[in-house]
Amino acid sequence: MTTLDTRTMREAFAVSMTEALDQDPRVALVLAAISVDLFAGPLEAHPDRVVNVGIREQAMVGVAGGLALTGFRPVVHTYAPFLVERPYEQVKLDLGHQGVGAVLVSVGASYDNPAMGRTHQAPADVALIDSLPGWTVHVPGHPDEVAPLLTGALAGDGLVYVRLSMRSNSTAQPVTGEFVPVRHGSLGVVLAVGPTLDAVLAATEGVDVSVLYTPTVRPFDHAGLRAAVQSAAPNVLVVEPYLAGTSAHAVAGALADTPHRQRSAGVRRDVEVRAYGTAAQHDEVHGLDAAGIARTLRDFLG
Amino acid sequence: MTHALAPLFARMTGDEKHEWAAASTLDVLWVLYDRVLRIDGPDDPDRDRFLLSKGHGPMAFYAVLAAKGFLDPSTLDTWTRFDSILGHHPDRTLVPGAEIGSGSLGHGLPIAVGQALGLRARQSPARVFVLVGDGELDEGSNHEAIAVAARLGLGNLTAIVVDNHSSNHGWPGGIASRFTVEGWAGITVDGRDHVALHAALTEDHPGGPLVVVADIRKS
Repeated sequence: MTTLDTRTMREAFAVSMTEALDQDPRVALVLAAISVDLFAGPLEAHPDRVVNVGIREQAMVGVAGGLALTGFRPVVHTYAPFLVERPYEQVKLDLGHQGVGAVLVSVGASYDNPAMGRTHQAPADVALIDSLPGWTVHVPGHPDEVAPLLTGALAGDGLVYVRLSMRSNSTAQPVTGEFVPVRHGSLGVVLAVGPTLDAVLAATEGVDVSVLYTPTVRPFDHAGLRAAVQSAAPNVLVVEPYLAGTSAHAVAGALADTPHRQRSAGVRRDVEVRAYGTAAQHDEVHGLDAAGIARTLRDFLG
Repeated sequence: MTHALAPLFARMTGDEKHEWAAASTLDVLWVLYDRVLRIDGPDDPDRDRFLLSKGHGPMAFYAVLAAKGFLDPSTLDTWTRFDSILGHHPDRTLVPGAEIGSGSLGHGLPIAVGQALGLRARQSPARVFVLVGDGELDEGSNHEAIAVAARLGLGNLTAIVVDNHSSNHGWPGGIASRFTVEGWAGITVDGRDHVALHAALTEDHPGGPLVVVADIRKS
């Protein structure tokens, strides 16, 4: 979780989204002041279906619901806390309860820029979305994974959350919707979600464990996890770049008929870290740096 | 007229004498569905949309939908049963003719803004009408939508505020002014006067949204 790409996920999103708006008259975009500069062209080219509502996040999601009810495929984009937490009831009622879909694309992640403090951090975003039925959740680990994930999301009509981050792995992985086997070992299975892969690979260097990678956590690839567990000891460590244990229930569900152990690495639930500094420093606090993940794994495997 | 709704009301409430006539939304709903809305079918993409944002007390809404053929009147007998399509708050995925599910206040107006945008982008002649309560206006989400709707020049949007003076802290200066200061056209009428309601709801308002405040005097 250390590489910053000059072509960020946010920029990759802007490029891919602009192409989609140019090509598909069904696609709409609702902004709330954030990233308006990245979409200056589409705001001018498609003023009928690319709208900036200003700093009004409840209206942002409600407007998206109305657009979906009139046949559009709305994309809604802002910082994660203002996309998921502030208008959470609008996400629940104006989209899901109305029986319509949308693609929510966030930036900021758990603590991409810790100097901005707690107000701009959303480690609970995926857990909150996961409390609602029917959502697909993508957590890309590299800017090159953004376009295929977004294209797939726009092609459907369901509820999709795409969590972009400044954190990135050094190389992109295939985007298949299934867990991608990266390494094979015998003592257990480590599932790396999105931008945690590089740290997981460093932490498991020389350790006899399997490593899986996924940029898609909902739906959770039950078959992929079961296949990995069948060829290793049934010890599962999930490393997620957001609230620890967010996918613990999904692991339990996937392995309901299989005796297994599991451990969760992620952003700590027990403290609000009142500190600024860098994302790497926050990784250390949460045990999400390579050393912390290695420690957790040693403790887990004994 | 609205007296035809009394027996439909009674199928839900068991009372023909009082509750139906007291419903503050009754006259607005009747004028809209009887004389204003153009709805050739619930799936016609160019149908006018009516959004009951104030989802509380939807008996008048259900009665009007039954009177206008969207619902079989016998459905009203099932009101709030486990397997009924009719609850204390409407669910659009269950109720034919209901454009939104509502109940939590402050959601209809922002959704209506999105629908008006979408219909305008499609160059549809359809119009969007959304009914909110004066108490419901307390919710800040409405005021986000009021500003956005005016700025986007949504001439195909009409908000109806049924003002039965239930807002806890009131609206000094009047409800209409909260809209007109943002650029809406605004009309305040007697919410029981069908002629006045019809005239207001069909008022021309090119280039921007219209608010009709339907004042319901306490009897």
